[in-house]
Parts: sequence; structure tokens; C-alpha cells
Amino acid sequence: MIEALLAVTFVSSLVVFAAPDRVAGKLAALLSLAPLAGSLWLYTAFDGSGNALLPDGDLAFETMATWLSIGDLAVNWHVGLDGVSLPLVVLTTLLTTLAIVSAWTPIDERQSQFYGLVLFMEAALLGVFSALDFFLWFVFWEAVLVPMYFLIGVWGGPRRKYAAIKFFVYTNVASLLMFIGVIALVFALPVESFGLPEIAQSLRAGELGSLAGIQPGTLEVLAFFAIFVGFAVKVPVVPFHTWLPDAHVEAPTPASVLLAGVLLKMGTYALLRFNFTMMPGVAQDYVYLIAAVGVVSVIYGAMLALAQQDLKRIVAYSSVSSMGYVILGLVALTPFGLGGATFQMVSHGLISGLLFMTVGVIYNTTHTRMVGDMSGLADRMPFTVGVFVAGAFAYMGLPLMSGFAAEVFIFLGAFDAFAGAPWFTAAAMFGIVIVAGYLLFAMQRSLFGPFRLETDYEVGRAPLHDVVPLVVLVATIVLLGVFPELIFDMITDAVTALSGGVA
Amino acid sequence: MVSPDWLALAPHGILGLTAMVLLLYDMIDPDSRNRLALASIATVGSLAALAASAWLLAVGVGPSESVSLFDGQLVVDGVALFFSVVFTTVAALVTVASYDYLADHSYQAEYYSLVVLATTGMVVLASANSLATAFVSLELVSLPSYALVAFLKTNRGSVEAGTKYFLIGALSSAVFVYGISLVYAVAGSLHFETLAAFFAEQGIEQAGVFGLGIVMIVGGVAFKTASVPFHFWAPEAYEGAPAPISGFLSSASKAAGFVLAFRAFNVAFSLDIAAVSGAIDWALLFQILAVVTMIVGNFAAAVQERVKRMLAYSSVGHAGYVLIGLAAITSGGAGGNSIVMGAAMMHLLVYGVMNTGAFLFVGMAEYWGVGRRFEDYNGLSKQAPMACVAMAIFMFSLAGLPPFGGFFSKYVLFLGAIQAGFWWLAAIGAVTSALSLYYYSRVVKAIWIEDPSADFRLRGRPVGLYAAVMLAGVLTVALLPAFGVGIEAAYDAASVLFA
Repeated sequence: MIEALLAVTFVSSLVVFAAPDRVAGKLAALLSLAPLAGSLWLYTAFDGSGNALLPDGDLAFETMATWLSIGDLAVNWHVGLDGVSLPLVVLTTLLTTLAIVSAWTPIDERQSQFYGLVLFMEAALLGVFSALDFFLWFVFWEAVLVPMYFLIGVWGGPRRKYAAIKFFVYTNVASLLMFIGVIALVFALPVESFGLPEIAQSLRAGELGSLAGIQPGTLEVLAFFAIFVGFAVKVPVVPFHTWLPDAHVEAPTPASVLLAGVLLKMGTYALLRFNFTMMPGVAQDYVYLIAAVGVVSVIYGAMLALAQQDLKRIVAYSSVSSMGYVILGLVALTPFGLGGATFQMVSHGLISGLLFMTVGVIYNTTHTRMVGDMSGLADRMPFTVGVFVAGAFAYMGLPLMSGFAAEVFIFLGAFDAFAGAPWFTAAAMFGIVIVAGYLLFAMQRSLFGPFRLETDYEVGRAPLHDVVPLVVLVATIVLLGVFPELIFDMITDAVTALSGGVA
Repeated sequence: MVSPDWLALAPHGILGLTAMVLLLYDMIDPDSRNRLALASIATVGSLAALAASAWLLAVGVGPSESVSLFDGQLVVDGVALFFSVVFTTVAALVTVASYDYLADHSYQAEYYSLVVLATTGMVVLASANSLATAFVSLELVSLPSYALVAFLKTNRGSVEAGTKYFLIGALSSAVFVYGISLVYAVAGSLHFETLAAFFAEQGIEQAGVFGLGIVMIVGGVAFKTASVPFHFWAPEAYEGAPAPISGFLSSASKAAGFVLAFRAFNVAFSLDIAAVSGAIDWALLFQILAVVTMIVGNFAAAVQERVKRMLAYSSVGHAGYVLIGLAAITSGGAGGNSIVMGAAMMHLLVYGVMNTGAFLFVGMAEYWGVGRRFEDYNGLSKQAPMACVAMAIFMFSLAGLPPFGGFFSKYVLFLGAIQAGFWWLAAIGAVTSALSLYYYSRVVKAIWIEDPSADFRLRGRPVGLYAAVMLAGVLTVALLPAFGVGIEAAYDAASVLFA
């Protein structure tokens, strides 16, 4: 089933790439409905239980075939979904379709190439979330970076070249570091393949040997941090976040939506799969360091957002802050912490996607994103502004919206997780106040008050196809806020086995 | 197993015959400009030889079997057939692309017959099982290559490159043949298996003479594979030659040099004897060559201003990666040896496709009259998006980025080296290939992200070049999922050498 999903998406990207510009947008949206429907079908037909990497895991839609062997190590085609990956797969297909529709207005040159790359990236993303063999997973992982490099570099804003190269260099160096970490582990383990479940189970059983004279204990710590830093760049957490604002500000809106909505989740998903599933012991040893990284990201990211004048930059920095919560939830290693972190991945994907899209709609009409250049937009664009307000409140964690559920789960899970955890949790909670501060401050300046605009454009209502994706996202956010168990049950089922660290 | 035995020489025969047919065509219709007919004959011949090689590799002979012919002077085994596949694939791509590239040139029949003759030489070289046949077939590869590099008679760069290539080539041939004579002086035979048996029985008595001979043979191989320090001809020759010929030389001719080295060093001068007896540890020699070649090739490529020259130096760097296949050979490590050797063979296959594709793209740019520098390529994707997709694939694949074939071939090679205990070779390889991303991505940046610096219109769509570039692109991607099949065959083939 997963193969079919990947193949359909990949073929769609080729078809769209070859299609004439005139129809590319509509065609891409139409074709992207197929993976969306497919992933929803996967959701309804999901019958897995437990965690994909652990012995108790019973995977849904699993297939496995030998691909090639390197010496005595086999590389397999091994895909499957569990309660952690399935919600992210659905998130990917949903956001891709919406991003494509939202691109109809802003993208006006080389359209077929744009939509082709977006669909190609979707295929790679689906692969990242479903692959269970390290090599296969790494192929998909890197395959995501290439289209994003082009999306920023070709269709981006004025400083697109700088932003694209920065993004590319940061993420590739990080990938290399992570790759070395994992390969070092594989060579020191008595495993016969690069399968993630095999690596995880062998590591958790304490079978790590020494490599090149490095003792197992040291090797595990070194590998943990090589991998952690590799993914931390992707997430990103402070201090590896500096590529993010550049990439976001220069990227065209639909690419920003996918970058914030799905690409950042690759980092946190991989952290969960690799660091916290495979080496929970090291995570527990360094819990203060990791929790501090999370909390600093929350507070510092929010402070940075507070200082920005550009609406898109504000939303971009807020992602750093939100991802800090995910780190805190992960390091807690409790069912609620891990579950909340995963829930936050989905929830933040929806909310930040919504905010980026709304900023995009505002920009399409006003041709500015500077808070100081506009005021009182609510008069002219009541609907768009309403959606922005809704998204902002979701970000702040208004009850009955998904952001609230996610943050509550994380705080519940983290509060008692380890000695001193209440302090970290309390500090992270304070982050919400800053979030509320910068969002309300920005909205008050730009959206309300008397109407004023520094640029000479006629401000009118946004076209219908710009508005529909916003509505769908708001509805999904509320739906998940009211019924978090729609996905939270399967998530907790998958992460419970990880709680308490070392098995 | 094929029967009768000589059917195993089908690829050799088909290619030789094709060259004759081309010459015959030229005799009947002298100075023919019928490029469709000529290109088709050459392409069909290459493809037929490709099909024959692939069939023999898969079924007819099998990757781990071998057929010995002409009293053991030629041997058709997995290694020979695997490399035949590489040579004929590259030759087919090149002949298809030349259809457009040569549109306005005379002496077309000569061009195609020289390409096919050189390919014939490569295929024979791949199965050469004695130093005599190896030398003769190496010359059959070299002589047409000199003429092909200088093919653009009115272009001074091309003529200069051809002359330079010829002079250095003649010199290194002399060195190579002198090395052969020294080995003969020690062992009294040129046949690989006889040599191996002789050394196993008698040991190596005149170790100094033998060692000197080996060093000279290594020099000959290093010239053919454009490895440092015998690489000086490569940037000139590749830059001056017609682009399809640059692709042909840097992919197929390089692989031909390697197949000779793989067979000669592992069969005739196997490390078990050569190093253990204290005569010469050629693995150490190749380790030094590999390190220097990787570093020099990649750093030199990073500072180039012209795309073709950058590709030329990158081709030197790739020779360094493949040299790991010989450098990581250990005495007595049969299983590990066939893994690195198989990985090196597979890298040559993948490299053959992607590197030829990249040179053909440069050929297309030359056809359009776009300049040679990186900046001249700015904004090409607006005019030729599909070809530029293919070029981006070649560049990323050459750099070893994961979604393409070049990723696997490099990493399998490096992992093989690590498993054999040469983690430092792998480390240097990984670092230099990370560096290579810098200069490869410059091309991608130019064609996709930069805005066109000049307003140019491309004249027409060269069908042949386009088809060849697209085909190479598809193959580069397809070699990722198909990598398993290829590497298994390569392992099996390589293990025969260590049997």
C-alpha cells in the first residue's frame, strides 16, 4: 500500500513537471488528492499496534524485501507505519494539497516545475515517515532537501540565493554528521542489516561493542550527540536555528508552509526514532542538557519573534519556540511527554502552516509583510484577518484547539518526569506568555486600528481558492482540539513502550 | 555456459565487425555526410554488444564463471563482461550524442569507426589475460583516442590537446612496455596465470627488477586512468576534445585502465606473493595514489572557472575513489577483497553513466554556442528545463547525494574500505566528496537559480544529444533501485579474481 502511495505521488510529480504551465497548478492539486485519499484510507484501515522499532511493534502495511548487501550487512526495502508515523503521513498529504492550492496566486512563473518539485518532495516525505531501514530512510531524507533547495532558490524572495545555499549547507553538513553517527553504531553492533528495528533492539539490549579503540559507553555518547546535532539543525533548536528565518523569509509561501509544517517534523520525528528510541539511556544521563536546550529554544525563540517587524519572520521564529516544546516532551520519556511531543508535531504543522498561508494571503494583496507598513487590515480583509486571529489563538494554546491539547500533554508528561523537571516545565510554560505577547502585539499593530497601508495596492477580499485551504486548516485544528483522541490514542499506543527509558 | 566457447567473444566480435562495417560504408560512399546512417550503425553495434555482454553476464557465462580462449590469452569472465557492459553503454550514449555534435563536420565515418575501434580495444582489454594481449589492446584503445581528441582539426585547443595527449601517451606506453619486459625477465612468461603459478612456486628472486617492473606498470595504469601524478594530460585533453569524446575518455577509457589493473594485480601479481615475499607491496602504492588523487582532483576541480575543465578534474578525483578498490586489498582477505573490488567496479559503472551524461550536457551547451564558464550557463533551465533536470541529477549524483545512483556506489565503496580496515581511506573519500558538492552545486546553481546574464536563444533541439542526456539521466536514477542487481553481479565477478 505504501509503495502504491509513493509510486502514485512520484509519477504525479513527473506528469506535472511535463505539463504546460497553464494547467500545472490545477493538475497538481487534482493529482495530490490521490495521496491524500490514500493516506486517509490508511488511517481508517490502520491496524498496527506498538512501536515500529521495538519487539512489541505490530506494523501496519509492512513490506520488506532485500535490496542489496554490503559485505555482511543487508540493505532492505522495509516500510511500515505505526502510531507515530501514520499521523505524520496524513499531515504531509493534507498540507501538500493545501499548499498547492495556496500556490495558485503567488506562483506565476515556471509553474509546472514548481508543482512538480512540490509533489516530488511529498513523495520523499512520505518515504521518510514510512521507511524502516536506515539506508532507505536516508535516501528519502536527502531527497527532501534537493527540491526544497530549488523551491527556495528559484522561486524565493530577493535574497533567495543566499538563503537556499545556507539551507543546503546547514542541512547537508548535519546529515553527514548524523550519517557518521549511525554508521559508527551499526559497525559496532552485531546486526546483519541497516534495519532501524534491528539497530534499536540491539542497542537497547546493550550489545554495543567497541569501535576503533573507543569503548562502547563513550561510543554511544559520541554517536548520540552526533545524531542529536544532526537532527537538531533540522528541527531546529537553538543554537542551530539561524538558517531557518532566512529560509522561511525568502521561500515562497507554499514552500514555507511545507518547510514549517512538515520538514521541521522530520527532525523531531527522527529524534524520537533514533535518539530517544534507540539510546534512551544516554538521553536520561544528559536529561538536563537536553531539557535545557528545549527550554532555551522555547524562550529564546519567542523572544526573537517578539523583536521582529516582518510577519513572516515572526511566524518563522515562533517555530523555533514550538519545537522547543517537542524536545521537552521527548526528553521526559513518559507516555504523555512523548505522545504530547508527537501530537505537537502534527498540531504545529497545521497551525504554522495556517499562519504562513495567512501571511501569504495578506502579502498577495498588500505586497508587504512589515508590521509597520500596515494597520487596520481587519476592515478590508475581515475573513483573512479572522483566520489569522484564530491561528494565533491556536498557537497560544486556546482550549478546544489542537495547540492547547498538545501543550497540556507535554506539560503533564514533563512535569514529574525527572528530578527538577517542574522547574524546566514551569520555564517552558512561561514561554506561552511570550508567545501570546508577540502574537497579540503584532496583530494589534497590523490588523486592528484605523486602516493604513504604505504600499499602493488595492486591498480587497482574497480569492476563494486562497481562502479554502485556510478554512480546512482551521477546521482540522479545531477538530483535533476537540477530539485529540483521533490520533492521540494511536500515538500513545506507539510510544508507551518507550516510557521510563531503558527497558 | 555458452557452447561453442568462442560465442563468449560475441561482444568483441560485434564491435569489431561494426567498425569494419563503418569503414566499408566509408569506402562505398567516401566523405559521407549521411550522419543518420553512420550514427545508427555505430549505435546499433554498441547496443548489440551491450545486449550480448549483458546476456553473457546474466546467463551465458554467468558472473562467477569464466571461459578461457586462445590458449588462455583471453578470458571471458564476470569482470570482463561487467566492464564490457560499462564500455558499450558509454559508447552507445556517445554515438547517439555525436549525431548532432558532428552535424557540421567532415570525416564522420572515420569518427564513428574510431570510437567503435577504441571500444573494441577496451572490451578486449577487459578480457586480456596476458601482458602481451593487454598491451596490444591498450594500444588499440589509445591510438584511436589520440585521433579523436584532435578531431576538431580547425580548433587549436583540440589539436593541442591531441598532441599533448599523444606525446604523454606514447611515453607512458613505452614505460608500460618496459615494465612488462622487466617482469618477463624475472618470470619468463607474460601469461597471468603462469606468472602467478611461477611466483607461487619459486618465490620472487630478483625482487628489485620485479619491483621496478611493477612500478612501471602502475605508471602505465595511472596514465590510462588519469590518476595523480600522471594526470596532467587529462584536463587539457578533456577540455580540448569534442565533448562526447571527453565523456567517452573520462568514463570508458578510465574504466579500461582499471580493468587491466584489477586483473593484472590480483591475478598475476597477487598481493599474497608480491607483498609477503618482500618484493613490493603494491597495495601501499595504490593507497598513496588513491589519497593523492582524491585530494588533488577534488581541490583542483574546486578552483576551476570553466565547466568542462571542472568536470575533467572531478574525473581525476573519481579515479581516486576507484583506486580505493585496489588500495584496500589485503593479503588473505578474500571476502573483503571482493567486496571493495566489486564496489569499485560498480562505481565505475555508475560513474560511467553519470559522467558521460554530464559531458554530453556540456556538449549540448557547446552545440548551442553557450560559453564555457560557469556564468555562461546562467539561467539555462529557462530554455531547456528537461536537460537541466538531467544535469542537476548528474551533478548531485557525482557529488554522492543520496537520491541518485552515485550515492550508493560511493558509500558501498567507503563502507567496503572500512570493513577492510582502511577507515582513513574512507574518511578522506568522504571529506573530499563533501567538498565536491561545492563545485558540482555551482553548476546546478548557475543553470537553475541564477538569472540569465545574456539574452540568448538556443538554436533548436538537438535530438540525439537530448536523447542521450535524458537516457543517461534516467539510468542514473534507475541505478539506485537497480543497484542491488548490479552490486551482486559485481561481487560475484570480483570474487573470481580472488579464487
